[in-house]
Amino acid sequence: NAPRAHYSRRKGNPKVLFMGLRRSGKSSIQKVVFQKLSPADTLFLESTTRIETASMQSFVTFESAEVPSQLSAIAPDFDHRAAFSSAGAVIWILDVQDEFLTSISEMIQTAVFLAENYPRVNFEVFIHKTDGLSDEYKNETFREVRQRVQDELSDLGHGDRSVSYFQTSIFDHSVFEAMSKVVQKLLPQLPAMEALLNKLCSTCRIQKAYLFDTVSKIYVATDASPTFLKDYEVCSDYVDVIVDIKQIYGWHSQEGDGKAASETSQEDGGIGESMVTYDNSGDTYIYAREINDYLSLICVMGKGSSTAKRVLIDYNVSILHDALLQVFRV
Amino acid sequence: MERNKRQRQRKVLLMGRSGAGKSSMRSIIFSNYVAKDVRRLGATVDVEHSNIKFMGNLMLNLWDCGGQDSFVESYLTNQRSHVFGSVAVMIFVFDISSKEVESDMHSFAMTIRALHEHSMNSKIFVLVHKMDLVPPEQKATVFQQRAVDVRSTCVDEGFAEQQVEFWATSIWDQSLYKAWTQVVYFLVPNATAIEGMLRRLADLLDARELILYERTTCLVVTHITRESEGQNPYTDRFERISSILKTHKHSMAKHTGTMTSEVSFAEMQIKTGDFMFFIVSFTENTNLAVVMPGDEAAFNAARVNVQLARREFNHLDIVEPSGKEAQRQQ
Ligand SMILES: Nc1nc2c(ncn2[C@@H]2O[C@H](COP(=O)(O)OP(=O)(O)OP(=O)(O)O)[C@@H](O)[C@H]2O)c(=O)[nH]1
Ligand SMILES: Nc1nc2c(ncn2[C@@H]2O[C@H](COP(=O)(O)OP(=O)(O)O)[C@@H](O)[C@H]2O)c(=O)[nH]1
Ligand SMILES: [Mg+2]
Repeated sequence: NAPRAHYSRRKGNPKVLFMGLRRSGKSSIQKVVFQKLSPADTLFLESTTRIETASMQSFVTFESAEVPSQLSAIAPDFDHRAAFSSAGAVIWILDVQDEFLTSISEMIQTAVFLAENYPRVNFEVFIHKTDGLSDEYKNETFREVRQRVQDELSDLGHGDRSVSYFQTSIFDHSVFEAMSKVVQKLLPQLPAMEALLNKLCSTCRIQKAYLFDTVSKIYVATDASPTFLKDYEVCSDYVDVIVDIKQIYGWHSQEGDGKAASETSQEDGGIGESMVTYDNSGDTYIYAREINDYLSLICVMGKGSSTAKRVLIDYNVSILHDALLQVFRV
Repeated sequence: MERNKRQRQRKVLLMGRSGAGKSSMRSIIFSNYVAKDVRRLGATVDVEHSNIKFMGNLMLNLWDCGGQDSFVESYLTNQRSHVFGSVAVMIFVFDISSKEVESDMHSFAMTIRALHEHSMNSKIFVLVHKMDLVPPEQKATVFQQRAVDVRSTCVDEGFAEQQVEFWATSIWDQSLYKAWTQVVYFLVPNATAIEGMLRRLADLLDARELILYERTTCLVVTHITRESEGQNPYTDRFERISSILKTHKHSMAKHTGTMTSEVSFAEMQIKTGDFMFFIVSFTENTNLAVVMPGDEAAFNAARVNVQLARREFNHLDIVEPSGKEAQRQQ
């Protein structure tokens, strides 16, 4: 992957561009991830004819844009400066359920164009609509696409260009996990957040810790232990439970002046609305804590981490909490 | 004892034309399927009987009647009294996306004619299903129109208006839980006794809301709402909570690699400055969700008091007082 030094140099908000052929799923991904559209409702989406942007307010503002399929990056009338100069990443969406050779050749043209003109823009490939495919077929196609792209880029003299590949579907967690990894590379705060999470995990024997953007369920950082989709899934689902229950029973403050109150207390560095949640099912136990209005820490506690250690965890999490707020202050 | 048992059985017919979605909803509510897995179900051949234990002692005797025309023909002729005799509830499912409206209505009319002949006091729940396929702006009118047509058919066949209820459903959202909650509430024989006891508990705890739900299905059995919570703008919160908890169960099952039916959490807590919420397993077949004001001391007292109240509630699964003995002998 791209070297770390990249991150801090980029100015402005993290911005991703979705590109790909017609009906490949660009609008669906943008709307499901950034605008909370339910995946089933994407059936009613119409074809996109103009650049469509979306943004999501979090601890930073995430921006995204869909480039309509008829606009080719290399076409002379395309204002590529406006599109690419502020972008952090271009995500190429490839529909695996469709004939994908055309998509690959357009993808190569775009990747080469970017490598030559905007080398600092990350290039990411979503091998999309993997729902309903057998694991075997899915993995085989994944390897095939990756091999082809890599071969062609080498032939064109861009073999050193780093491209990341993801298998995605809007009907499960995969598209969120992939977006998480894409977005993380655009955050200058990442190394600091990772260091804090590593510290927390080793002090409290936490199996896996994620820092979530609460609204989108993109995780903006995790500790250095191996990442498994299933850990992300359970934590992400848990964020849903908390958000839903908070919405249902938090209406007292949503209506009154509670919002203002939580904002002021945050400025003092205190916890606006603290939340501790745990759940116990077999050996797994999940702990969640709100960091601020946008970020939540969700931890999977492994075997043998008894609830008796809650005091230790609470204490260390509040230290992490304060440190994170410092990270975002600068 | 034998006689008691039989009284607690309630026969529920699940009918509708082939492909209407009967087996799908049954699998989601009672067999822990997730919505996207139902595509794997085969067509129902003849009648699939299932005895579903609900709240321990209420036995739902569910007849999922295959909707292919040849089966329907046989229910209406040689199996007529067998199928339509002593029915407590008939649930009839209409596929709103079906193109054969006239023949759907005809099949419905024949069915309720037979029902009226053999179980004239039964209750009819009409589910207008697959509403997700109707564009949002047309949902209300499409549903109303179908309800009007179906109600007049029922009245023509001799049913009173209040014997028939209509619900718009889709397996893709909580509307399915809403409809089935009504069915179950209608069938639980001791609902008012349970409510009385819960109200006393709610007063004791000074809780904002208590929700008692059945553990395997996550269907809400009943709830107590106190004071200002009565103004909670989220009037769909009970079915939303069913759906949230069911999803959470699937999520935990997936993570821990166990069967969804085996997942049971010891406790879930969500604490905010505004409200505090916890769910604990309550009686053998139920969980209890408690919503308290945002006060740590009251929250801790409530947790203790709920534990103490469990004993008193343990016989709530039993239909008649004399059933207590039966339970002890099992
Ligand atoms: N099975 C499946 N279908 C998907 C997925 N993502 C999107 N789709 C469907 O693909 C179709 C096209 O999606 P859009 O998001 O409109 O595609 P687009 O790339 O924006 O298309 P244009 O705007 O025409 O370029 C829709 O019917 C979506 O429901 C997925 O992950 N799996
Ligand atoms: N869009 C949509 N499809 C549904 C819904 N419920 C069921 N289906 C689909 O309808 C088809 C038939 O369902 P099934 O339960 O087998 O019908 P049955 O013959 O009545 O038992 C399946 O392909 C389901 O995936 C729904 O709410 N919305
Ligand atoms: Mg589009």
